[in-house]
Amino acid sequence: MRRHGASTTELITAAQGGDRRSLARLITLVENGGPTAERILQTLFPSTGRAHIVGVTGAPGTGKSTLVNAMAREYRNRGLTVGIIAIDPTSPFSGGALLGDRVRMRDLVGDEGVFIRSMATRGSLGGLARATDDVIQVLDAMGFDRILVETVGVGQAEVDIASSAHTVIVVEAPGLGDDIQAIKAGILEIADIFVVNKADREGAERTVMALQAMLGLGPRTVVHHGQTMRVEEPGGNTQGWTPPIIKTVATRGEGVPELVQAVEAHRAYLMETGELRQREEARVTHGLEQILREALVQRLVHRISPQALDQTVQRVLAREVDPYTAVEELLHLEEQGEPQAAR
Amino acid sequence: MNTREKVRVLVAKPGLDGHDRGAKVVARALRDAGFEVIYTGIRQTPEAIAEAAVQEDVDVVGLSILSGAHMALVPKVIRLLREKGMEDVLILVGGIIPDEDIPKLRALGVHGVFGPGTLTQDIVDFIWQALEERQTSATATE
Repeated sequence: MRRHGASTTELITAAQGGDRRSLARLITLVENGGPTAERILQTLFPSTGRAHIVGVTGAPGTGKSTLVNAMAREYRNRGLTVGIIAIDPTSPFSGGALLGDRVRMRDLVGDEGVFIRSMATRGSLGGLARATDDVIQVLDAMGFDRILVETVGVGQAEVDIASSAHTVIVVEAPGLGDDIQAIKAGILEIADIFVVNKADREGAERTVMALQAMLGLGPRTVVHHGQTMRVEEPGGNTQGWTPPIIKTVATRGEGVPELVQAVEAHRAYLMETGELRQREEARVTHGLEQILREALVQRLVHRISPQALDQTVQRVLAREVDPYTAVEELLHLEEQGEPQAAR
Repeated sequence: MNTREKVRVLVAKPGLDGHDRGAKVVARALRDAGFEVIYTGIRQTPEAIAEAAVQEDVDVVGLSILSGAHMALVPKVIRLLREKGMEDVLILVGGIIPDEDIPKLRALGVHGVFGPGTLTQDIVDFIWQALEERQTSATATE
C-alpha cells in the first residue's frame, strides 16, 4: 500500500540519527521481505550483535504484556534502552490480525529510550512472526541495549523463541489449568528463567511447588536450538545454570527488579561460560540454513520451466509417476538443461 | 504466505469516555477484512496515539470518540501526527459526531466520519477505496 519517498539508505541514516518514523518504516520494509529487506539487513549487519535478546513466552492470560511493560520500566530505571517486539497471531481465515499488546504497555509512551512494535505471525506457527529475527536485527543495529520479544500466547509446542533469544523467560500463572499441561512438550525445557506471575492470587505457591518438583525430576536433558547442551543429574545441579523461579505481580511491579536481576545474571553466566558463543553459533547456523534454503528454492524455481512443471503436475495427477520420482526427474532435467551451471 | 504488503490500522480511543464497544467491533471487523489492526485501548492521550501510529507505521488511524470532545481531541492528534512526519496517514473518526461538526473535521484533515449505525463493511470499503486512490495519484505524480 505504501508510497516511499525516501531511499533505504536515507531511511537507515535517519533512523541511526534517532528518527523514529524512519526506524518504523525500515521495520515495515524488513517485515515485508524481498530484495529491499535483504538490502537493509545487509547494510545493518555490521552494527548488530550488541543487544541482549530476551524472549517472554507463556500461555495466554499469564500476563506477558504487563510483565514486558514492567521489565522495560525497570531497565529504563537502570539507564538501558529497550526495544520491544510484541507478537500476536494472524487469523488463518482472513489474513488479518488484532494486535492488542499495546493496551498493557501504555506507561512506556513518550520515552525516547523505548520503541514498541507489534507484529502479526503472518502464517508462521512457532509462536513468532516470520520476520521476527530480521526485526530483532534492525532494533539491535539501532543500538537498543535490551530487546524484549513477547511471543504469541503459547500452549505446548511453540518454542521458536529458543533459537531467537539469549534468555528465555517462561511465564506461568496460578489457576490456569492442570500442571501436566506444561510438561507435555518442551515449553519447560526452553526456560532459562521461570516467572509465576499474579503471585498475589490463590494457588501461587502450588504453581511454584509444581515447577520446583518438575525441575527436580531427572535426568534432565536441556535442549537449546535443537542441540543437547548439557544433561543434569537428578536433583543435583552442581554445574550449569539452574533456572530460577521468580514470583511477580507485574501490575504492581512486584518482583520485577528481581526478574531483571535474574536476566542480567543469566547474561553474565552466558558470557563467562562461553555458552553465549555456542548459542550465537547455533543461531547463525539456523539463520544461514534458512536463507540458503530459500535462495536454493528460488534459484531452482526460476530454472525449471513452467511447462516442465505443469507436465509433471499432470503426470502425477494421472498417477503415471509418484511425486518423489517426479522431483528427482525435475532436478535432473534442470542439471542437463543448464550445462554451464553444472560442476 | 506471500509477502504482499499488509494494511496496518491503529484503532484508538482518545479522551476520557470508557465506552469501547464500538471501537472493538470496528477493530474486529477490520481484522476480518484482512487488515493488521493495532488496538490501543481506552483513555489514550493524543500524544500516545500519535507516537503509537509512528512506531507501528500504520496506513490508517481510526479514532473513536463518544464523549463530545472530538473538536478538542481530533485537531491535537492531527497536529501531532503531522509534527511526527505522518502527513500521509488516512484519518477516520467514529462515534457520536453532530452533523454540523463533520465539515469542520473534514477541513481539519479527517478523511472519513462514521456515526452510529454505520455498517462495518462501509468502513472497510472506504479504507480500500481511499488507499487505492492514494496509490493511483502517487503513481501518477511519479
